Amino acid sequence: MDFGLSDEQNLLVDSVSRLLADHAPLTRTRVFAEQQQARASDVWAVLLDLGVPGLLIDEAHGGSGLGVLEAALVAQCLGQHVAPVPFVASCVLAPLALQLAGSPAQCAQWLPKLASGKVLVGAALAELCGAREDAGVRASGDTLKGRALFVLDFEADVYVVASHDGQLFLVASDAAGLTRRALISIDRTRRLGELLFDNVSAERLPGSNDGRVARTLIAHGRAMHAADTLGAAQAMVDQAIAYAGTREQFGRVIASFQAVKHLCADMASALEPSRALVWYAAHALGVSADDASLYACHAKAHLAEVGTFIARTATEVHGGMGFTDLLGLHYWFKRIGLNRQLLGSPERARQEAAALQGL
Amino acid sequence: MDLTVGPAYEAFRAELRTFIATYGHEAPPRVDLRAPRTLAWQQRLLSHGYAGRTIPREYGGYGAQPDILEARIMAEEFAAAQVSPGLTGQGIKMLIPTLLHFGSEAQRQQFIRPTLAGEMIWCQGYSEPNAGSDLASLRTHGVLDGDHWVVNGQKIWTSSAHLADWMFCLVRTEPTAPKHQGISFLLFPMTTPGIEVRPLTTMVGDASFNEVFFNDVRVPRDSMIGQRGEGWKVANTLLGFERGMLGDPNVTLMRFNALVALMKEETLDGSRLIDQPLFRDRLMRIQGRMLALRANDLRLLSAGLHERPAALAGLVVKLVGTELRHELEALAIDALGELGALYRGSPLLRDEGMWQQHYMYFLGLIIGGGTAQIQKNIIAERGLGMPREPKLA
Repeated sequence: MDFGLSDEQNLLVDSVSRLLADHAPLTRTRVFAEQQQARASDVWAVLLDLGVPGLLIDEAHGGSGLGVLEAALVAQCLGQHVAPVPFVASCVLAPLALQLAGSPAQCAQWLPKLASGKVLVGAALAELCGAREDAGVRASGDTLKGRALFVLDFEADVYVVASHDGQLFLVASDAAGLTRRALISIDRTRRLGELLFDNVSAERLPGSNDGRVARTLIAHGRAMHAADTLGAAQAMVDQAIAYAGTREQFGRVIASFQAVKHLCADMASALEPSRALVWYAAHALGVSADDASLYACHAKAHLAEVGTFIARTATEVHGGMGFTDLLGLHYWFKRIGLNRQLLGSPERARQEAAALQGL
Repeated sequence: MDLTVGPAYEAFRAELRTFIATYGHEAPPRVDLRAPRTLAWQQRLLSHGYAGRTIPREYGGYGAQPDILEARIMAEEFAAAQVSPGLTGQGIKMLIPTLLHFGSEAQRQQFIRPTLAGEMIWCQGYSEPNAGSDLASLRTHGVLDGDHWVVNGQKIWTSSAHLADWMFCLVRTEPTAPKHQGISFLLFPMTTPGIEVRPLTTMVGDASFNEVFFNDVRVPRDSMIGQRGEGWKVANTLLGFERGMLGDPNVTLMRFNALVALMKEETLDGSRLIDQPLFRDRLMRIQGRMLALRANDLRLLSAGLHERPAALAGLVVKLVGTELRHELEALAIDALGELGALYRGSPLLRDEGMWQQHYMYFLGLIIGGGTAQIQKNIIAERGLGMPREPKLA
């Protein structure tokens, strides 16, 4: 019995955090966001050095074969550093889709390229969590028609695309009949977009026909967004406490005022149990526990609520400075805000949680 | 992450399940102090080692080594079976650990066995009208007169004082010492002349608390745990035990399951509450918070097993756990609507008014055992390293 992180997992967190702190400080994220760069190749190279793209890929295909919990820990670090890199689709959902539903030939063709970071993959799954406007992709044989919104890790070479019934396909970004349109979200640290399919020929993942793998991908995506929010929210709490410890008014640091302390205690009280929830949700997905999807829904919904509360409260602790661009606190605020809406709002995730329990 | 407990613990769990299946029907549906059925059940638990498990045999316990996982398995299994895990009063949860830690051999011999058996009931004399959050400023005082302390003053919020045989009590015995070093930890029977107990009726409608007045109460000078002036140290060791008792996620899970059953049963305009999206969403929000606390609890359990620090995870439990319970009970009341505003004695009342009772009782627990605001100070100062409020000059 050991509910917690192993020494290796703690080491992973330390390494990723330290390298991101060195190579992807907020100034780097600002450049990415303000210049609307397509890719931050230098930050991606840091992840590549750490083997992050191959985290979930087995060793035979060039990866390190680690678990979902390790992936969640990386997501947490990326949220903590508002890192401008693809991750959820490229490093988690695409490798899982191939390994769970791809043919041996597809795995042999794609996984080594994913593990080496040479190919980036986006994921078009949003419609399975509720479609906006007329969005939805229909498959006729291996030909796709329709529209996919809110595609994750949009700046990609290949996309994993779910049809309306949950079958999964690979589509190259330069495929004939495919139109791409970037969407500008409040969170400028990650790329989001729209795909239009006009009879695009696609490569089917043969193990995905019953839609179960697509549901599994969504559960993993939710756990990763929960972990990203966990890291981002922790960073905001840390900054709020540090700021309150230096800012003086009425002759004393504002951290000594109970009104400010209690805001910080409220944030810590909401966040600390959430950490264990994210760990367990990721662990449960990794071992395919019966309650894995339920925990993924709850982790997603709960972290969305806790994250929103902390994003607002930590900003308030900073007073007027929190509202400006000078401190850049809004990068975390907005990252948490986008995570909240992706792959199902908290209301949607709770609705699914109830349905999973027959309620 | 390894959530298996291994074959030895699985065997322990299996034995316990057999025990509960065999004898569970003997357990009282509710614990009434001194009721023959409650005492008989306590004896049954003691003889099988499911109560007093880690108390040494010479004091009437079972003599097992302290084992966090065994304790956890017992809490889970009794909760799941909805069978009473035995007596849990302040004598058992707080005084016995203190006696084992600080008591003399004679005190252990005298008090532990009857307390474990439920034959000796204790109350805790700590809080005073002007010493609540700032407990160390307490003013109930003892003056030495020959071989006795003569105690005068008043305690408040004293649970079970009207039922108790004995009190363990914080008394200022060293008036010139700094406030934390002037307190002693005294023990005396509630039948001692000069003690007056006045019940304090709460919003719940019960007199579960009391005010206790001391008027020249004579206590033998050696009826003390620890030395003169060590009472604060002795008591602080115990407060840790008490805070751990509040907001237990296993109990919250039982209440959550009862809430689901209620929402499946009750209807509004002919449709079940569980089928109404707004109520179902509130239920799921509570479940999400509950699962977070359960996971946090497993993390704390592991931290204890592996001697890892998890300070912040532990500090938040009382605040978050009691708040969650209060809101869980509130959802049941809202799901019941006007039925939720009925109370004891009314026709149509559901579940004997337990939802309303718990809703109010947990507001009491949010305040008691260190108010929510004091908890936040502790979290901020000890957990987050924020500075204390400067003292007024």
